[in-house]
Amino acid sequence: MALSHLSSSSPSRCANLLKLLSSAISLRRPISTDTTPITVETSVPFTAHQCEAPSRTVQTNAKELATFFRDMVVMRRMEIAADSLYKAKLIRGFCHLYDGQEAVAVGMEAALTKKDCIITSYRDHCTFVARGGTLLEVFAELMGRQAGCSKGKGGSMHFYKKDSNFYGGHGIVGAQVPLGCGLAFAQKYCKDEAVTFALYGDGAANQGQLFEALNISALWDLPAILVCENNHYGMGTAEWRAAKSPAYYKRGDYAPGLKVDGMDALAVKQACAFAKEHALKNGPIILEMDTYRYHGHSMSDPGSTYRTRDEITGVRQERDPIERIRKLILSHDLSTDKELKDIEKEVRKEVDDAIAQAKENPVPEPSELFSDVYAKGLGVESKYMQKSIYRHKGDELPSQAFGYNNPSEH
Amino acid sequence: MATGFHGVGAAVAALSSSPSNSFDSKKLLCSPRRSFPVRKGASFVADRSDGSVNLDLNPKARRAQQLIVNAVANKADSSPASSSSKPGHELLLFEALREGLEEEMDRDPRVCVMGEDVGHYGGSYKVTRGLAEKFGDLRVLDTPIAENSFTGMGIGAAMTGLRPVVEGMNMGFLLLAFNQISNNCGMLHYTSGGQFTIPIVIRGPGGVGRQLGAEHSQRLESYFQSIPGIQMVACSTPYNAKGLMKAAIRSENPVILFEHVLLYNLKERIPDEDYICNLEEAEMVRPGEHVTILTYSRMRYHVMQAAKTLVNKGYDPEVIDIRSLKPFDLHTIGNSVKKTHRVLIVEECMRTGGIGASLTAAITENFHDYLDTPIMCLSSQDVPTPYAGTLEEWTVVQPAQIVTAVEQLCK
Repeated sequence: MALSHLSSSSPSRCANLLKLLSSAISLRRPISTDTTPITVETSVPFTAHQCEAPSRTVQTNAKELATFFRDMVVMRRMEIAADSLYKAKLIRGFCHLYDGQEAVAVGMEAALTKKDCIITSYRDHCTFVARGGTLLEVFAELMGRQAGCSKGKGGSMHFYKKDSNFYGGHGIVGAQVPLGCGLAFAQKYCKDEAVTFALYGDGAANQGQLFEALNISALWDLPAILVCENNHYGMGTAEWRAAKSPAYYKRGDYAPGLKVDGMDALAVKQACAFAKEHALKNGPIILEMDTYRYHGHSMSDPGSTYRTRDEITGVRQERDPIERIRKLILSHDLSTDKELKDIEKEVRKEVDDAIAQAKENPVPEPSELFSDVYAKGLGVESKYMQKSIYRHKGDELPSQAFGYNNPSEH
Repeated sequence: MATGFHGVGAAVAALSSSPSNSFDSKKLLCSPRRSFPVRKGASFVADRSDGSVNLDLNPKARRAQQLIVNAVANKADSSPASSSSKPGHELLLFEALREGLEEEMDRDPRVCVMGEDVGHYGGSYKVTRGLAEKFGDLRVLDTPIAENSFTGMGIGAAMTGLRPVVEGMNMGFLLLAFNQISNNCGMLHYTSGGQFTIPIVIRGPGGVGRQLGAEHSQRLESYFQSIPGIQMVACSTPYNAKGLMKAAIRSENPVILFEHVLLYNLKERIPDEDYICNLEEAEMVRPGEHVTILTYSRMRYHVMQAAKTLVNKGYDPEVIDIRSLKPFDLHTIGNSVKKTHRVLIVEECMRTGGIGASLTAAITENFHDYLDTPIMCLSSQDVPTPYAGTLEEWTVVQPAQIVTAVEQLCK
């Protein structure tokens, strides 16, 4: 994801030559490798509950900022492309887009290692990519193809990546939080010295199972961090209409909480690093990310019946996470406007290529209907059932679907 | 496959007719105890019907496993062999469950227990008594009364590779965790494209007890049976309770183990050696020729009591404890149907949408040609279980009704 990949994947020699020339001319170290520390202040201070807020001053460097920029551009482009694919009826069912909230995924990833677990709700495309998922896996899964991360059998709401400890991807609001506390329990049980970030929205914050899970996590001192991605709307219901107390970071009561500007990737990074340290020592903590989604709740929601277009454009102009990083990069003279635009063009091509590749990918085989229902094969009865399904269809029976061919043999 | 069974015939031992918990299953001639040849040095013996390889076995035991099938088919072999095996030890069903659980916790450090009052209190039915003292607070966890979340936590832990055993103090309470069981436990293996397995065991007592009231007398197997991706088993004797508990814990799939409130004090002599019961296998309780009676859990004992009367009247019922509620062991059941051509299902679920309803459909679809007469299914009434003792007795199937049903079937 870093800019270093960019130079290696660039096809034309001309581009490489140009890059050499420009860096030679400007006598500037390439942004992709520059790790000299830069100190930045978050625009909004942290608000704390039952704990001491971390400092507003965040350490970063050019390399990290470049990574943030590129990753967020990929995510933004990916979500916009998904929007078009959905309208073209290549993606069906539910599609919940994350554009506007990219800073949370990117900032969180910067503070964590792959040993830490992340679990989230159905708005999971960008979190999956932040954890190392590829664009092909995303688009193939969205279009229900074999190359998808869940072999096309999960869909938009069921992205998982076990090898990077990304646990999905859950359709039922709030159900992922007890799962997340279970992940934290396993980490404590196995003495992993790692933490779990369980993400949920402002709508899910009113689920009882959250408080149950928080209670158990606090009792057992689990390294669980509950992150409320507060985009201020639970589908069509604004937070003040759904929650008597919309101060979600305070709702843990006995558990400490922190309110964070979720549109500022550096603030998110600072808060997550703070939370990780806290959870390893003291048990669960709640983070409230003040963020915003530009799209509606899902593709079937225009997103404008419960909020004004002025509000949406206002946030886009003043708080957009990508623009913030762009301004930071330009003001610190780490790159030029043209270079950043080149990155955006390249990302656009990358996304288009992935979509083209995904479109070529085949749909799952019919036998996949029955695979992965159980680990290690199906029960006896299921084999009988499959036989009758295929008999009805008049199709040839796939050989592996049928356990033994003639019971009278036994 | 089937238990080595001898002495079929008229002389069925008198069953204690008292409705109390103290069934002594030893008195039953048709004891479900498995007789198997002695094999010194085998790591353990697996009870399997088709001789399929169990990867856990060492090569010696694997060869031995193939011998089991032959021994069972030939009754003459089993009798002297079994009597020279170790005498085993006697215990109650809840102790057998505990023994199975403890052995698995010793064997695999990833196994942990979660539930209400399972730790310091020792378990409301004493299944986990002593385990917290032995294994500590991190492996035997007392949870608050929050079924939805602690079941979810168990599933989350299972996603990482831990093997939790989640106890519902009464199966009925697990309705609060239905979402977690259905969507996460059952479906995550599929929706993640096979990335995650959920090796969790969810267990607890259910069924109609002694005037426990409607909410504490539920039969959750009928509600859970449609959930794809889970396995369901029901234990009925100390032998199969321990065997199924161990097999469930070792299984990579989520398993729901249904115990029954009234069966915890059954006493039986079980083997000393390590054994498991195949999760997908039914148990032949009493071979016969005239009619196949399919049952499970507590109703097995009502069926056996009726069998006593039936044998006296000259009938020869074949009684199968289906044990595996999902998936059904259609192999064993099919073979029986092909032999007797008459099927009676006796279950504790309610008439509508119960295990019996599904089993009727499965048998009809697969073995229609072998049936001489439509399948009869005796179930509980479609009512909330009343408190009054007489009414409660009328909601569940009683032995007299079973006798009448067989007489009707065999006309």
